[in-house]
Amino acid sequence: MSERDAAIAARPLPVGPSGLPAAPAAQPTARRASRLQRIARRNSTIAFLMTLPLILLIGGLVVYPFCYAVYLAMLNKRMTRFVGLDNFTFLLGRETFQNVIWQSVVFAVSAVLLKALIGFILAHVLHALPSRGQRAWRGMLLVPWVIPPAISTLAWWWLFDPSYSAVNWLLAGFGAGPIPWLGEAGWARFAVILVNVWYGAPFFMIMYLAALKSVPDQLYEAAAIDGASFWQKLRYVTLPMMRNIISITVLFSLIVTFANFDIVRILTNGGPQDTTHVFATYAFQVGIQSGDIPLGASVSLFMFPLLAVFAVFVLRGINRRSKEIGA
Amino acid sequence: MIGNGTTRRALLRAGTAAAATALPLVNVHGQTSSGRLALGMWDHWVPAGNDEMRRLVTQWGQQNRVEIQLDFITSVGNKNLLTIAAESQARTGHDVLAFPTWEVHAQSRLLEPMDDVVGRLAEKYGQPNQINTYLSKIEGHWRAVPAIAGSQNKPCLGRIDLLKQHAGIDVQAMWPASTETNAQQDGWTWDAFLAAAEKCHKAGVPFGLPMGQFTDATDWIGALFRSYGANLVDERGKPTVKTDQARQVLDYARRLAQFLPRDVFSWDDASNNRALISGQSALIFNPPSPWAVAKRDAPQVSQQLWQFPNPHGPQGRYLPYLPYFWGAWSFGRNKGAAKALVEWLSQREQAEQLVTSVNGYDIPPFESMTDFRVWATEGPPTGVVYNYPMKPHHKSQQSIAMYPAPPEIAVQMYNQGIQAKMIARAVQNNEPADRVLAWAEREIEGFSR
Repeated sequence: MSERDAAIAARPLPVGPSGLPAAPAAQPTARRASRLQRIARRNSTIAFLMTLPLILLIGGLVVYPFCYAVYLAMLNKRMTRFVGLDNFTFLLGRETFQNVIWQSVVFAVSAVLLKALIGFILAHVLHALPSRGQRAWRGMLLVPWVIPPAISTLAWWWLFDPSYSAVNWLLAGFGAGPIPWLGEAGWARFAVILVNVWYGAPFFMIMYLAALKSVPDQLYEAAAIDGASFWQKLRYVTLPMMRNIISITVLFSLIVTFANFDIVRILTNGGPQDTTHVFATYAFQVGIQSGDIPLGASVSLFMFPLLAVFAVFVLRGINRRSKEIGA
Repeated sequence: MIGNGTTRRALLRAGTAAAATALPLVNVHGQTSSGRLALGMWDHWVPAGNDEMRRLVTQWGQQNRVEIQLDFITSVGNKNLLTIAAESQARTGHDVLAFPTWEVHAQSRLLEPMDDVVGRLAEKYGQPNQINTYLSKIEGHWRAVPAIAGSQNKPCLGRIDLLKQHAGIDVQAMWPASTETNAQQDGWTWDAFLAAAEKCHKAGVPFGLPMGQFTDATDWIGALFRSYGANLVDERGKPTVKTDQARQVLDYARRLAQFLPRDVFSWDDASNNRALISGQSALIFNPPSPWAVAKRDAPQVSQQLWQFPNPHGPQGRYLPYLPYFWGAWSFGRNKGAAKALVEWLSQREQAEQLVTSVNGYDIPPFESMTDFRVWATEGPPTGVVYNYPMKPHHKSQQSIAMYPAPPEIAVQMYNQGIQAKMIARAVQNNEPADRVLAWAEREIEGFSR
């Protein structure tokens, strides 16, 4: 005990109005302290404290920018006046923006479907491989997903380069004429979807592979005893067991693909004639390059309500199925 | 603590005493210096330009006892636009920033007026050119000073040998490295250009003219429209799309496009440079950067390059011009020093040093500064960039695409490449002119909201 602590201990207790030591007054303090200790010991409190850094991070980097974007989307071009939903109604009346909506939907939906299909097939092929060879193939097939998309898209741009396309050089070897990969609407759309599928399919593959590995072999054995064919096993065993993971990956990928920026920006810059613009690239062109930040914010927020509703339905379905399995 | 006999309190007391002793020294230093200045300059394509800028601002900082923090911000990936947007939203950042073409208008409410600086510069060197006034003098006030670093013209950059051999044009004789005038110069029209394009196309070295949505395409197409008098929007913001001049341009573009590489609609700002440097093209519209790259990587090509004015059309000869500006945020901490530095950098001596360091790439905003020695001496071939800055005998005007539309409309038309898209619709989609013009008018009406 230090000198200071000893002096405090030697000090007489405060005397209450009745002349008795004020011990009862100390009891609530002690009770409060123990209650605090109990709260601090609770699992939920510890969990909250441990997730607090993440909550603050999400608050600062997701919630705040989102709210700020909503605020910006409701200002006029000079950002001096509140205009409500005028920016959104203005956009809906524009021919170019209507095309952007259509292109974004085509881009996102076709890319996600192709990624899911290719990922599903690759996962099955990998699952069928012996475990020793499987690891090497898994690593190689994940490479497109590991490379930063800006860099891999640049490599694709070189392959599709208008004048020096390596793909066209190969085609010329077979006597085929050059293809304007990035110069004509149809080919340009095909090119941006192709690169997105190339980049995103490994994500689906690895998720589906993990799901496949968690399907108990007994189910397949039982199906085989019942005489189920390959397609029947797929239809009645594999797909129901993978339903949740398929829903989550499709939802996640759809959101990310709708928000894609780098692939279109690097490959086509939205051209030719705006036929490959998606929400993010058009928002950048309108907001940052053309100095209309409120309109750019409106473009970027346009899909939010639709995707939010879609997410609610998908997540609700997942919850319901999880409860059924749990029950 | 007990071990060495020093208590925590004793240490704190000693620290406080030391801080108290040191503080007056810091203050003395602060009283005699003129503070700190944060600069965000454009990251030059020619690396020597950054070195020269660093040398100059360091020299000025030492002379004026101003602590300089210098950042070079690239325009690759529009990083400079993102920086400007972020600083304007946060109301903090650099004291002086390099603003590309349209950004002065976009940020004018947050920029410190520069009337005093431009006024003094104009007294010494004459008024800045018309495009600078259009882009940075807003409601009667200069909101930024037209910059030297980064400002560029985009005239013809052609192959001497290929144009002579295939098109019968001796560009050195037509546009020599002197103020000499001749009859051929008046004959350098868009029709002559079309005939030369056809011959070079047949010879397998087509002109490399981008027609996509990047600035090189927008700039030369803007000059083409203007030289036909096809202004899509007038000074008051009224669309003037459906004109005979616009139809003439579309008709001309249709004829020209058949002699260009098929993929020009997807070319970016580097595609034309590559076409020229690799020897696949006889002519492009560009600043002299491909010549500088070719000098390093393909000297046999660089020795055959020559820069010369654009063709003229029925309404004159127009030179694509993209200026940069040096502006100071109104929320900046050291506006006095910011203005002083910008004014000092804009003086003829500093301007010449900057321009010389980048082989003549930068174009100063004053006509009186188009006689720097570097433009006459650069080579080989000597005089390759003599005609890069606009000279009186060119009978030309600097121009920016979409001029004279009000800048808040023009910036959207420019960045969305409206004129290039009009040509693409006419050529790629084979749409009739009336339908193209009707589409353009609808688009422009949307920009005027």
